[in-house]
Amino acid sequence: MRVLANQRFLTLAILAVVIAVLPFVFPSSYYFRVASLVWVSALAAVGLNILMGQAGQVSLGHAAFFGIGAYAVAIGPAHLGIPSWAALLIGALLSAVLAYLVGRPILRLKGHYLAIATLGLGVLVALVITTESSWTGGPDGMPVERLTLFGWRVSGSSTWYWVTGGLLLVGTWIALNLDETPTGRAFRALHDSEVAAQVVGVDVARFKLQAFVIAAVYASLAGSALAFMNGFINPDQAGFLHSVELVTMVVLGGLGSVLGSIVGAAVLITLPQALTVFQEYEHLLLGLIIIVAMIFMRNGIVPSLSSLLVRKARS
Amino acid sequence: MAEFLQFLFSGLTVGAVYALVALGFTLIYNASGVVNFAQGEFVMLGGMVTVFAAAAGIPLLLAALIAIAAAVAIGLLLHRLAIEPARGASAVTLIIITIGASILLRGLAAIVFDKQFHKLPAFTGDTPIDIMGAAVQPQSFWVLGGTAVVVLALYVFLEHTITGKAVLATAANRLAARLVGINTTTIMALAFGGSAAIGAIAGILVTPITLTSYDVGTLLALKGFAAAMLGGMGNPVGAVVGGLLLGLLEAFGAGYLSSTYKDAFAFLVILIVLFAAPQGLFGRRVVERV
Repeated sequence: MRVLANQRFLTLAILAVVIAVLPFVFPSSYYFRVASLVWVSALAAVGLNILMGQAGQVSLGHAAFFGIGAYAVAIGPAHLGIPSWAALLIGALLSAVLAYLVGRPILRLKGHYLAIATLGLGVLVALVITTESSWTGGPDGMPVERLTLFGWRVSGSSTWYWVTGGLLLVGTWIALNLDETPTGRAFRALHDSEVAAQVVGVDVARFKLQAFVIAAVYASLAGSALAFMNGFINPDQAGFLHSVELVTMVVLGGLGSVLGSIVGAAVLITLPQALTVFQEYEHLLLGLIIIVAMIFMRNGIVPSLSSLLVRKARS
Repeated sequence: MAEFLQFLFSGLTVGAVYALVALGFTLIYNASGVVNFAQGEFVMLGGMVTVFAAAAGIPLLLAALIAIAAAVAIGLLLHRLAIEPARGASAVTLIIITIGASILLRGLAAIVFDKQFHKLPAFTGDTPIDIMGAAVQPQSFWVLGGTAVVVLALYVFLEHTITGKAVLATAANRLAARLVGINTTTIMALAFGGSAAIGAIAGILVTPITLTSYDVGTLLALKGFAAAMLGGMGNPVGAVVGGLLLGLLEAFGAGYLSSTYKDAFAFLVILIVLFAAPQGLFGRRVVERV
């Protein structure tokens, strides 16, 4: 137990130190922007990891909730006169309700069937966003009003760096603590064997649904944050490729590891930025790096590296 | 009636392509348990290589053969360099590897070819054939006929040759297949090669109708996967039926209800089918051992 508690503390401490120290080494505001993007994506990935890594259920349509969060803060103020902060909460609530309603029938499915059902959900949401252009601006996207909190207008890349960093820290803290609650233990039981979990009295359907709703709320909040930060959104944020990107972050970093999800997000966001110097070879290299990383670190970056460190320390 | 037939033919044509992609998914899934998200890239390669070989002055038939050979080579390389080294990794890790492969192949195609849309001439002219008032492109018959030939050839191969039976044995139980002396690694390589060939054929047949570019693979992989799941993962008959059904749903949905929401009907029906039959239409019920 002590070791576990320490590990939890360690993850939070590493994250807090990294967030606090990075600004001192950033040469320009461009770096603040990229880092904020990492924090936002990491928030969605940490949430998805609760569903995939802890509860062991796949979602190939998670960007749908990201998109709902993003479009809620865009449509709320622009079309309905709702203040931005309230729109953010409504977006999260909408995502939770949708996840709850759809999750009930969907989560009965297993493995690849669950994957295609969540994928279908993602495609449907993205399609509605793209098509209802009088509300959403269609494929071109729409502008987002800046977030104003108690008269303070949240803007500027360094401000957003701290806001998103803080959000990620809180999200990580909750995810880490969840692991140690009865709910977290039920998730892990589900992950290992659904039948066995059911036999020992875990209400399988309820806990799966809980994990799905929690993951949806994480993604929705991340989507809202990105929309505020960019001041503009388009349907790609809700699309299939973004869903795949989120899953890749979680798996690449290490399924089940909270720190892994953050590392996975960092790799997948910064790598394309770094690879732009290779111009047309960018995608080729990105694909190659994903393949090589998964072959040599098949449990993901963080679990593979930490087991390597442990082995080194022992010998 | 004419309208109905029109939608029927366009649905069947698109559905045949989905069926071939789904069949490719099924072949690889059965032999190796891998869901290959790079399946759509084989379709892209089939179309793109043919276009560029034909543009270089090579006769269409020869260009098509070169394209199939190229796709098979890529399929074998994918198995040898990316799937085989990761043997024993979890299903989701393998899926991410194939997603990486699809990003890589798309990037490669953008460099080797270009980012433009390309068209192939229809094999036997562009004059539509009138069938009870519906104007059907001759190329549609090529797509449907080609699909039928591929499905028939695959059936004969699986049911009436020793190698085919080894593929079926590997699909049924990999360990047992190895115990009776089947080289399952060779079978897997065969499945990747065969699946690539099927994908490439689909790409060649459909390019005169739908055009092709370096990034057509993603959407096709998504639809093919959906078709395979609709029919029941791992069942070749289910893959073909699922593909045709998906194409018909899209065509009739677009024709009679709303063209902007054509993808929505297909996925709505998939969701409803899965709610009622969680293993797809023809899927086997799996019992989990504890």
